[in-house]
Amino acid sequence: MFKKLSNIGDCGIVCDFGDEVNKSVNIEVIKLFHYVTKQCSDGNLLGILNCTPSYNKLIINFDLEKIKSSQIVDFIKSIDFSKLNFSQNKKEWVIPICYDFGMDLENISKTLKIDIKEIINIHLNTTFYIYMVGFIPGHPFMGDLNSKIFLNRLKTPRVKIPPGSVGIVEKFCNIYPYESPGGWNIIGRTPIKLFNEKNNLNPCLLSPGDSVKFKLISKEEFKNFNNE
Amino acid sequence: MSDIFFKASRAGINTVYQDKGRFHMQHFGVAPAGCMDTKSFLIANALVKNNLDEGVLEFAYQGPSLKLIGGKTKVAVTGNVIFQIIKTNNKIVKGECNRSYNLIEGEQIDILSTKQSAYGYLAVEGGFKVEPFCNSISILSRAQIGPNEGKKIKIDDKIIIKKNSIIKKNFKVNISSKKKYIIRVLQGTQFNYFSKDSKKKFFSKNYKITNLTDRMGMRLEGTIIKNTVSTNIRSEGITKGAIQVPADGQPIILLTDHPTIGGYPKIANVISADYHLLVQKIPGEKILFQNVELKEAELLYKEHVSSISKIIKNIKEIN
Repeated sequence: MFKKLSNIGDCGIVCDFGDEVNKSVNIEVIKLFHYVTKQCSDGNLLGILNCTPSYNKLIINFDLEKIKSSQIVDFIKSIDFSKLNFSQNKKEWVIPICYDFGMDLENISKTLKIDIKEIINIHLNTTFYIYMVGFIPGHPFMGDLNSKIFLNRLKTPRVKIPPGSVGIVEKFCNIYPYESPGGWNIIGRTPIKLFNEKNNLNPCLLSPGDSVKFKLISKEEFKNFNNE
Repeated sequence: MSDIFFKASRAGINTVYQDKGRFHMQHFGVAPAGCMDTKSFLIANALVKNNLDEGVLEFAYQGPSLKLIGGKTKVAVTGNVIFQIIKTNNKIVKGECNRSYNLIEGEQIDILSTKQSAYGYLAVEGGFKVEPFCNSISILSRAQIGPNEGKKIKIDDKIIIKKNSIIKKNFKVNISSKKKYIIRVLQGTQFNYFSKDSKKKFFSKNYKITNLTDRMGMRLEGTIIKNTVSTNIRSEGITKGAIQVPADGQPIILLTDHPTIGGYPKIANVISADYHLLVQKIPGEKILFQNVELKEAELLYKEHVSSISKIIKNIKEIN
């Protein structure tokens, strides 16, 4: 159940689920996200333009010509939250990763005094939950890592990180879909394309609420991946 | 049938295909994009008798120079733009905004510059022949999403027009544009993160628009806003027009190509009725924020929409 509803501008509503960032809070956010999205596609709620889930909030943007804040607030308040389901169509993905591209692994190993092999094992044995996708297209924010390998952001962010790079910060893990600047600790790289701007029906691989496990591949397999 | 198209002999600055924008994709990290100034966009389409949501070309500061090949078309330029039409005998006709022109094969439209404004629009009768991506032809160039491989128009590009012009008449409308220095806002989701004094100053001191301004955001310069709670928040969804204040205390207004989520506290949000005025402001101009309530913002938006409908109704044939 949300803790607070407020306006964000004259064409947005924030459903705030509290300050904590954990999977159970996020699942509540995603449940509401799935429900509102379904109501829109079923034609029961008109004028919604975007629903954006984040760790602990859902933001609903709408077309002010078609619907007003107060109508959306009434709609949200009328929902019986105990009856919302965590959608059945959430997916479990296996994402290949090559740790040979983990340019920060050595430093992490020194900082945390943990063997690189163990860092890799912890990462491979984690079933990640996707809290949200965004900032740029296809970019997942996943958790939760074992606290043994919690890290801060890099003191000086990199100007360029290659696409597919997998990074970690605190309990979170991300994948950079495009070449971009960034401050996460890079532990490996995946050959998978997270966002396909040629695919009109399903351009984005990962959705908020999905889960991800990584599978180790060699440098050779990485190179051949997109040729097969 | 061979294509009717424009060939770009100059690309212009940031010339991109745009329409209303691409929605239902922000949860995948895709910002809506779309025309910055939707008022000028709608009027451009109305002047060439298109559906109002047909895609157009948007340019910033300097537009493209385009030569028509393979047929005829009707064009309209909106915004506050200086342009000319070069006839096949090299005679130059000075262009007028907010009216349509018939172009024939070999004629050229040369969009020289915007005048004390940022964005201009070029619509053609029937629209441009480009492949939509997820129901929109809007280009999000930062992520290379949309037609033309998500890229800006470049020199020598072929800009294909869907069909030959069939309407002989031309149309025009008078628009009285008033420059406004006040931009009205609602209080932001983290309004109370800021000191009492800063909140007061935010609504009473001018802010200057800096050079660091594009389709994604507008960086302002002025009185520093002091945060008394936290300069970072948990990342949350972004709405266009949100005014965030990072640790340096200088506000940034997030615009149409905004990141989909962000972690800076937001002091205010520009109201929908004033958004088209804000985006047309250029670096060096000053603005003053005025606080309004939600009810008033909704009413102002209604008035804004009906004023556009009125303009469109007032479009007259040119005799």
